[in-house]
Amino acid sequence: MSALLHVSNISKRFGGFVALDGIELEVQPGERLGLIGPNGSGKSTLVNCISGTLQNEDGQVHFDGAPMNGLAAHERTHRGLARTFQLPRPFHSLSLADNIRVPMLYTVHKRSGPLHADTVDARCVELLRLVGLDSKARQMPRDLTQVEMRKLELARAVAAEPKLLIADESMAGLSHSEIEDILVLLIQLNERGITIILIEHIMSAVMKFSQRLAVLVSGKKIADGKPEDVVRNPEVVRAYLGQ
Amino acid sequence: MNTLKFSIVSIVVGAAVYFCGRLIGIGYVFFAGYTILQFIALSSAWNILGGYCGYVNFGSAAFFALGAYTTVFFYKFHPLPIPLLIMIAAVVSGIVGFGMGYLTLRLRGAFFAIATLAMAVVLQTLVVNWDYVGGSRGAYIVRTETVEIAGFSIEYIQYLFLLMMAVAIIAIVISRAIGRTQLGFGFATIRDDELAAEASGVPTLRLKLIATTISGALMGMAGAPFPYYIGYLQPASAFALDYGVNSIAMPIIGGTTSWVGPLVGAILLGSLQQLATVTISSAVNLLIVGLLLVFFVVVAPNGLVGLVQEHVRAWRKK
Repeated sequence: MSALLHVSNISKRFGGFVALDGIELEVQPGERLGLIGPNGSGKSTLVNCISGTLQNEDGQVHFDGAPMNGLAAHERTHRGLARTFQLPRPFHSLSLADNIRVPMLYTVHKRSGPLHADTVDARCVELLRLVGLDSKARQMPRDLTQVEMRKLELARAVAAEPKLLIADESMAGLSHSEIEDILVLLIQLNERGITIILIEHIMSAVMKFSQRLAVLVSGKKIADGKPEDVVRNPEVVRAYLGQ
Repeated sequence: MNTLKFSIVSIVVGAAVYFCGRLIGIGYVFFAGYTILQFIALSSAWNILGGYCGYVNFGSAAFFALGAYTTVFFYKFHPLPIPLLIMIAAVVSGIVGFGMGYLTLRLRGAFFAIATLAMAVVLQTLVVNWDYVGGSRGAYIVRTETVEIAGFSIEYIQYLFLLMMAVAIIAIVISRAIGRTQLGFGFATIRDDELAAEASGVPTLRLKLIATTISGALMGMAGAPFPYYIGYLQPASAFALDYGVNSIAMPIIGGTTSWVGPLVGAILLGSLQQLATVTISSAVNLLIVGLLLVFFVVVAPNGLVGLVQEHVRAWRKK
């Protein structure tokens, strides 16, 4: 099976600081990949390079068989690559329903042709119901709790009908039960056919979620494999788990 | 109400205002009304980029002056009817708006604002040194006392008032239409969070270029009849601080998130300024703007429209 995402030898520098150093990564269609690493290891930079928020200096990103280098972030979203942010970034002046509407108007419209207004409305409700926010469709993001904000972020990403979703620390700052909620939601999304990369520090959640685990340290990938094997890898233990 | 119905209602309201002015029978009403309408057009135009997209443009006077100097250029080269000049000014200012956007839209916040201010200074310097349009000496525009429209003879100031009414209606209709479409959603996402907008598939750079082009074109349209209104155009009057400050202050005082705010702000502030001009002195105009701006930024940062919306929301919750 050909990889949905193929990152080959990408590097990114900020001045003299090497944030990513020759990263190789493949993600298969339908897979659930966990991406871990200590703070400053380059996880978010890698996500930014894949999603087009940053442009990598060396190497290539191929998505769904097509090269992505040089494409702007919105063009990558149009091609089926969606992401969430470490800190939720809702559109504060728009209601929850309108937050969901934006990717539909700008991405699904672009990909599949104009959608009827009723279809868009129905899909907004459906997505908000999926994340348990349908009763708050007309409310503004400022009225939401932290976990609801995370759910809105996920719903907005899914509204773009992505093939690959990159969830960047979607569980940070949440309680145990809230983490479970998000975990269930992510697995549901994966069962609907969305390939997911989860970047997370909460190891119990990562282990439950991931079918495969990749580890970054100081801009380099030091391990990639089955989660149970990776967490026993001595280099990973030394660099990340602190045991 | 769809855009066509809204346009018709706007034209009817505009016509009613004009006939009320005629009933009053004082020429100064049209003279003052022209200025208020000009500010409605300018503030609605500014709001498309500054309010909807969140990019504060300090260069409104430059676009306004571009429109005015387009008229002066054609007045000297080959006089044309003012409605045609308004359209030409829209094209010229729209192109400059596009160019300005292309050069500056990678900047944000204060840096973008400074860049627009710099553009105004550059354009003013060019005009000051361009003899053909009068340079620093300025240029006289001779106009007739009356003008014939469809067999009716009306005073020239009334003609200019009607033209500016049309420009203001166009600006309001476009501003309102944008706010209700996919483009309006896109602009709102740019204002709220550009990174998240890109991640949602919004082509932010393209949308910002559309905003600078439309906003610039409308400001140029507002400036095109100005030389005929004032009779003598010099760089200091075309690039005056009033236009830059008012086109920012009026939407902020009215509220920047919808088309209503600039309209309310322009009517309120424009009328106050006209009142101050005839009762105290035109020199206090900017003082009024400054004081009101400080007051609203502190008391009602979302403007009058935001203030009303908050009260309505609180009332509904009860």
